[in-house]
Parts: sequence; C-alpha cells; structure tokens
Amino acid sequence: MDVELILKVYPYFLKAALVTVELSVLTTVLGLICGALGATARFSRFAIVRFLGAAYVSLFRGTPALIQLFLLYFGGPQIGIQLDAFSAGVIGLGLNIGAYMTETMRGAIISVDEGQGEAARTLGLSRAQSFRKVVLPQAMRLMIRPLGVNINAQIKGTALVSAISVVELTYTAQRYIGSTYKPFEMFFLAGILYLVIITITGKGVAYLDRRARLQ
Amino acid sequence: MTQTHPFVEIRHAQKSYGKLEVLKDISLTVERGQIVAIIGPSGSGKSTLLRAINDLDPLTAGEVWLDGLQVNKALPHRQYENHINEMRQQIGMVFQHFNLFPHLTVRENVTMAPKLLKTISDKEADTLAEEQLDHVGMLERIDYYPSQLSGGQKQRVAIARALAMKPKLMLFDEATSALDPELVEEVNLVMKKLAEEHMTMIIVTHEMDFAASVCDRVIFMDKGLVVEEGPPELVFKNPTQERTQNFLRKHLEGAK
Repeated sequence: MDVELILKVYPYFLKAALVTVELSVLTTVLGLICGALGATARFSRFAIVRFLGAAYVSLFRGTPALIQLFLLYFGGPQIGIQLDAFSAGVIGLGLNIGAYMTETMRGAIISVDEGQGEAARTLGLSRAQSFRKVVLPQAMRLMIRPLGVNINAQIKGTALVSAISVVELTYTAQRYIGSTYKPFEMFFLAGILYLVIITITGKGVAYLDRRARLQ
Repeated sequence: MTQTHPFVEIRHAQKSYGKLEVLKDISLTVERGQIVAIIGPSGSGKSTLLRAINDLDPLTAGEVWLDGLQVNKALPHRQYENHINEMRQQIGMVFQHFNLFPHLTVRENVTMAPKLLKTISDKEADTLAEEQLDHVGMLERIDYYPSQLSGGQKQRVAIARALAMKPKLMLFDEATSALDPELVEEVNLVMKKLAEEHMTMIIVTHEMDFAASVCDRVIFMDKGLVVEEGPPELVFKNPTQERTQNFLRKHLEGAK
C-alpha cells in the first residue's frame, strides 16, 4: 500500500468527506420531515390521505434510489425541474429515506400500547391531545434506534450521488484513481472516512437512546 | 330534586363484529349513587358493554344516556369529538392493566387531563392531585414514576387520575384481575371508600365476594344478554336462572 500517496491526498478527501457529512445531514433532516408527514398521512382519518401516504412509501421503497436520482436530475429538466447536482442529490435521497422513516415512525407509534391512547381518551382528551401528550412521547423513545438504522443506511447511500457528479467522498476517490491509478489506496481511504462518520453518528444515536430511556 | 330520567340508561344496546353478536339488545338503568356489578363468564360481553358506556367501543345500535344527555349521539365528526370529550370528562374509567402514562410521574399522571382541558387552574390541579392521591393513600409516592410502583399502587394512582376529573360516574373494568392476590385488598378498600361516598359505579368483576359486599345490584350476563339481575343476596344465594346457577357453581369451585 502506498502510504505516502495516502498522506498526500488525504486533505482533499477530508474536504470531500465534509460534503458527504453535509449531504447526510441535509438528507436526514429532509427525510425526518418527510417521515413525519408520511406517518401523519398514514394515520389520517381520510382514506385519500392514507392512500397518498402509502403510495409515497411503496413508490420510493419499491424503486432503486439510483433510478430516483437519475429521474430527478436527468429527467427533471424535461418536465421543467432544473436542479444542480447537489440539490437534486439532497432532494432525491431525502425523499427516498423519508419513505423508510415513514414506516419506522409508523411502527413506533403502533407499538405504543393501545391502552395508553384509550386511557387518555377516557379522561376527555381529544384525539390530537392524546396523541401529542401520551402516544408520541412514548413512540419517540421507541423510534430513536430504528431511525438510527435508517440514518446509517442513508450516510452510505450518499455515495450514490457520485453518479450525478456531486463531488463527495466516493466521487473524489474515483477522480483520484483517474490520476494515480491506485484504486486500492483511494477506495481504502474513502472507506475509512465513511467508517469514521458512521461510527460517530452511531455513538450519537446510542447516546440519545440512552438519555431517552433514563427520562 | 326530582328526576324524570334514570341517571344512567342503556337502551337496546347491540354490538356485533361482522356476524359475531357480542351484545344482543341490552337495556338497563343505574340510579345516582348506585353501585352495580356486572358478572359473567369471559366472552359474555360485560367488558364490551362497559366500554360502550363511554363510547370507547361504539355500539352497533342502541343508546347510552348519562344524566339526561345521550353519550353516543350521532353527530358530524368534529361536533362528535367535542361532545364525546365533554361526556368522557364526566365518566371515569379504570382499566385492568392500569394504563398509567409511563413517561409521566404520578403527579403528572393525575394533573395532566385537568391542566390540558383547563377544567381548573394549574394551581388548583396540583392541590387536587395531592388531595386525590392522599385519598387513595398514594401521596408519598407523588414524585415516583409508574414503573417504580407495585400493581396495587398503580391501580390506586389510576383511580386518583380518574377522580381528578370529578366524574359523575366511575367504570371499573376488572380493576383487580391483573393484580397479585395480596395486592387486591388495597384496591378493593379504595373502591369501598368510593362506595361509601356514594359515587355511582359500574364494576365489571370476577370477585363475587367483593361484589356481594359492596354492590347494590348484580347483573349476570351471558352470551351478550342480561340473564339475571337483582340485589346480591338474591343473585348469589338464590339465582333463578340455570345459567346463573351453573356459572356461580363453577366459579365457587374454581375459588376453592
């Protein structure tokens, strides 16, 4: 392994890793928003809204994320959606992970004991009040871990946007291979940096989970 | 005060899940201050009937009235929501599995509904919570979480939580069935205390001794019908119906 080369190029990789972090944060935020909206839709009392929520989930989970990105970035201009690669990446991946997060949140809400909502309703609380004050706080604790799993997958998933030429970690590795002809070193370095990002995120999730349990 | 209507009235209650008829045309009344036990084998529909009183399990047909107001009135969604929430504030319910809110302290469990619904000021709610918890002997655990309490203690807190809404009527759905035998008595004592204060109560129970000693009236249900009803000394000592006799015989054998 060419350690010297690695030492020479790693500052550029660190910069690229920052882009990966940025992508991860933005797509996670967008995913959480879409997940919250999707989960809310799936509990709506209107059948049409429930259908829309379910359709969103099956559409985005039922097709490859790469196709979704291509459709948005390359196909978008055809229907009047002009996005730069970075924005297309964030929106595409955010919508994609949002579908998974919808199901994660729905699952957590469903697994709160039915008797909790019933007890709240018998005290005279409205549907919204009993959801907000009784069901949701308990569901939040249950969803931290599985959302962490979604986020983990999402961080690795940001590698896909290299296919629409966003200069993040994977794209940078490919670019340096073009000039150095050292794929092992370049992919190895990129892999290590992904591992660092994921390990730190995992620790963060574990911390939040522990804190929620203690409360 | 003269009353022209019964305090609680159930008129021709029917409930079915598809082809399964859980309640078949049940009518009964409960007067203010009365304590009524509903007994019967499992699957007889007694819990379903109790849960229909506050519309937790809506009836397929029939009416439930409380103090001159129909509980299960057919209304457009939003109006129904407001109506049923107001009705439920007047109907306390205690569950077999307590259903305390695990993320809240004992105090917060009791004050949440009064504070959220603004039935009284926050300060009054705190005072009321202390009173109610004192009443059920749980004041010293006011800052505990439900997970730190025994089953009997949880159920006493659940009763205090229901009482904090100042209900006109209390429903007990097998309140002691999930408790270890040695913890049943403390909950029974609280219920007896309520009985002495003339709270109107409808109690679904498997405990015949408790029903006999506390209740004014016993209703025996089987297969979705009221088979027999009357004062406990009659229903327990001299049941007229064969099904009641069989049930009581089996139950007494099981208890021995």
